[in-house]
Formats: sequence, C-alpha cells, structure tokens
Amino acid sequence: MVDDLYQDLILDHSKHPRNCRAMEDANRNAEGYNPLCGDKLKLYVKMEGDVVKDASFVGSGCAISTASASLMTESLKGKTRDEALKLLDKFHDLLTTDTPVTKDLGKLIVFCGVRDYPARVKCATLAWHTLKSALDGVAEPVSTEDE
Amino acid sequence: MSTQSSLIEAGFDVETIRKDFPVLQQHIHGKPLVYLDSAATAQKPTVVVDAIRHFHEVDCANIHRGVHELSQRSTAAYEETRAKARNFLNSNTTNELIFVKGTTEGINLVASSWGRKNVKVGDEVIISAMEHHSNIVPWQMLCEEMGARLRVIPMNDRGELILEEYQKLLNPRTRMVAFTHVSNALGTINPVKEMVVMAHKAGAITLIDGAQAAPHIHVDVQDLDADFYTMSGHKVVGPTGIGILYGKAALLNAMPPYQGGGDMIKTVTFAKTTYADLPYKFEAGTPNIAGGIGLGAAFDYVNRIGLDKIAAYEHELLVYGTEALSSIPGLRIIGTAREKAAVLSFVMEGIHPHDIGTVLDRQGIAVRTGHHCAQPVMDWFHVAATTRASLAFYNTTAEIDALAAGLGKVKEIFS
Repeated sequence: MVDDLYQDLILDHSKHPRNCRAMEDANRNAEGYNPLCGDKLKLYVKMEGDVVKDASFVGSGCAISTASASLMTESLKGKTRDEALKLLDKFHDLLTTDTPVTKDLGKLIVFCGVRDYPARVKCATLAWHTLKSALDGVAEPVSTEDE
Repeated sequence: MSTQSSLIEAGFDVETIRKDFPVLQQHIHGKPLVYLDSAATAQKPTVVVDAIRHFHEVDCANIHRGVHELSQRSTAAYEETRAKARNFLNSNTTNELIFVKGTTEGINLVASSWGRKNVKVGDEVIISAMEHHSNIVPWQMLCEEMGARLRVIPMNDRGELILEEYQKLLNPRTRMVAFTHVSNALGTINPVKEMVVMAHKAGAITLIDGAQAAPHIHVDVQDLDADFYTMSGHKVVGPTGIGILYGKAALLNAMPPYQGGGDMIKTVTFAKTTYADLPYKFEAGTPNIAGGIGLGAAFDYVNRIGLDKIAAYEHELLVYGTEALSSIPGLRIIGTAREKAAVLSFVMEGIHPHDIGTVLDRQGIAVRTGHHCAQPVMDWFHVAATTRASLAFYNTTAEIDALAAGLGKVKEIFS
C-alpha cells in the first residue's frame, strides 16, 4: 500500500524539512532541476578541508524530494567527500536495484519503498544529483534527465 | 445521480458505452481503474482495435502503388478515412486534408513550410498565453530563424484570453496568429471564430490547434474560416501516430513541400522533380496506414454516438466534478473559464501534485500531474505543476465520486 512509500519519517521530513535555508558562507553550491515536474532545488555545502561541515537546501518539491533533501543534508555532515559519494551510490542502488538493504544507509533506509514506484525515483534522487554537481564544482544546473 | 439518469433517458447510456472499451474493464492495484487522463490520450473502443487488426491480418499492403488486390484494398481503406475526416471537420474537399503524425507535426509542417516562405525579418507571429509547448516552440524556432517577433495574447485570472489585448497586438506586420481551440491545461474553450475574424481583418493567417477540441466539440473549419486546423487521432479514441492537418487549398498549393521522398512526386529526374498535387505533396514516404484506418473507425464510432450528445454529457460531468472538487477544503481549481471543456486542473494547499498522483494511482485512479507541456501557463498561475483530471464520455459521476474520495485519502496522509 501507499503507506510503504510515505513512511512516517518521510512525511515528517517533508512537512518539517531540516536544514531548509540558504547558507551565506557555503563554499560549494549547485542547482538541481527535474523538468518532468518542474521541481527546483538549490543545495549549499560548506566544506572544511575534505569534510562536509554543513549542508542545507532551499526549493520546492514533492514530499519525496523534500524529505530526501532534508535527510540527505542531515546525513552528510561530518562525512568526507569520498564517503558522501559512496553514500550516493548506495542510495542510488537502494532505489533502483534489488540489492539487500544495508545498515550503513542509516535513516535513508526509509526510502526503500521508492523502488516500487519507478515514476518517483527521480524525485528521491534530485537532491543527490545536485550534491554530486556541488562536490564536482559544476556551474550549470543539473537536471534529472542528464543521466 | 440525477445527472446521469437524465442523460440515460436522453439516450446516453454510459454503462453500455463503457463495454466498448476493453481497457476500462481492469483493476489497478486491486481497485477498478478510474481513467481520468483522456486529455493526454483517449482510450480506444474495440472497433478501432479491430480495424487495425483487420488491416494487419487481412489487407496489409503499401498504398498508392501496386496493382495487386491487397494494395488496392489498403489504399481504399486509408483514403476512406480522408473522406471521413472531411465529414468530421467539414472541409470543402479531401485535398485540403493532410495526414500527419499528430497535431504537433501539423503545426511544424505549417511553421516550416508556410512560415519560412511567408514570415520575414521584422514580421510578427502571435500565439496565446495558454498554448501547449507544441504551439509555442515551432513558432519560436521560426521567429528565431527568420528574425521575426513572437507576441503573446495574455489571459485573465479565469484562464480566458483577453481579446482587447489581442486586438492591440494585431498590426500590419502580423503574419500568423496561432492559438488553441481548447486549452489542455485549463480546459478553456476559446472564441476561435471571433479570433479568426480579428486576424483576417488585420490581414493575418490563422492556425488553430484542435488537439483538445476535436474529441469534444463539433468542428466546422468552413464555418470557422480557419486557414489551418490540426488535430490528433489518439485524442478522438483513434490510435497514436496519426492526425489531420486541414489547410485552405490556395494556401497549401502555394506552399513548398515539407518533406521530400516517395509518394509526394509526379516525376523525378536528377535535374528536377515535379511535386504531386494536394494532398500528396505533403505526404512523403509510407504513412501510418494502420493508424489511418484505425482513425476512420474512430470517426465512425464518435459519429455514431454523436458529438453533440458527447459534449452535453461531458458538460454535465464537468459541472458535477467542479462541484465535487470545489467542496474539498484547500483545493483550488486552476482554470475557471466560463466556456470550458471537461478538464479539472487543480492544486491542493501544501501537497505536491506528484504526491497526489501517486496516492490516487494506488487507488486505481489515473490522473496527470505536472506542467502538462504548458509551462508558461503554470508560471502565469504561479504554480510549478497541477493535478489534472480530464473527463471523457466514457467516464461516470461515480468515478468523480471515487476521485473525491481519493483526494480525501490524500489529505489524510499529508495533513
């Protein structure tokens, strides 16, 4: 049933997104866009050396994309660049493959229901695509259709 | 349900009609399918599916060539659809009806062939604020290429075009006015006849996008005095990949071909090619023969029910649906034109259309969510997207009740 997708933690983060603010002293930022639904997201990352010190976002989107951005920014803090990119890969696998769910995804496991809703995978990955372009220092807005 | 019973008394038996549509007889996620996305594509009755199968199983051959029996049968069946289209759109001759892939190709054909010949530097093309991307982008491309200017008729808060503003845009440099008959995103029915008169007074040519109108309104291109009118077969319960472009013979004759190839020529030598007469001049290559034949069956089917009856029934569904949705707190209908087709586009406070669409889908209810290929319309109403329930003559008031109940479930989850 649809409750498998909209689990309580996702609903909580969509209604009360964490780290939902612009960040003036960010040293990495990027814009993400999902042309299928018009959702836009701006991501801010503050790196200290190789470590994500802080992450935040602004934008409007559906419950899945908002909760994904909220939980992503939470989970990034304290991670190195490599750890963040590895997490991205694992998150992507969680949504698009049948690989068993691993514990190291932490709270992000809550998105495992998305794999049963192929039309919604891009909602969940928008923030993560944007993260990749922020870490890569890409200036152009990234689109979910660029894969 | 007095609405429905009054129509049944008038000879509109929706339950019998529904039996003609095999796709409607299924369950989705364990619930009966409630298909409310006919503005995207209409479902197909058995007679259309059978006509396509019959062509492939019995008559299959290429058309307009070959003296053998199958080719003659295929040609006759395909050309019969042109005759049916003439009746459907009331064109003066079948020569004025070009088979195209759909409305999008019809518009591109005119923008490319008529447009490149007639639109010059400093000229102007007018479109409206409620156009589908398919009636924006081809004109934008043309204007960019020719150094012309694209101008846009604005609309009011209801989603109605402002004719006084349209009048102000018309001037001696206006070459083309292209506008939709019915808006896909808002449902607005535009006063197209009046708009054509205004364009002609200014010496401009008109193109009407009939994709959303043809399934719901009786179209008479001669009465409208439209210069070009284009429609898609799949919105009129026909197959995808086939549509009709109507153009006045004098205009079509003066236009260069759109694509070159077989079937559009009289003679070919390496020195020179002479082109075929209308309508074949614009029909290069082997067309969608099966689609054309299926479209003929679709015209027959719609005619048998009667577009007037269809329009009346759909209007009652629209009134019923508007009332049902308006009573949901926090729901706002986008597009409240006084003349409106059976489209219910709406937003719900604090709930994204994609979430609405997913929750409805799990209840078997198919709606469209997103910008409906009309991003400027979304921008104008300051929304990123809407949820759209679009109704057809095979829908019922019970299905609208199911939609309203489904939206109740949406609210339960997200508020």
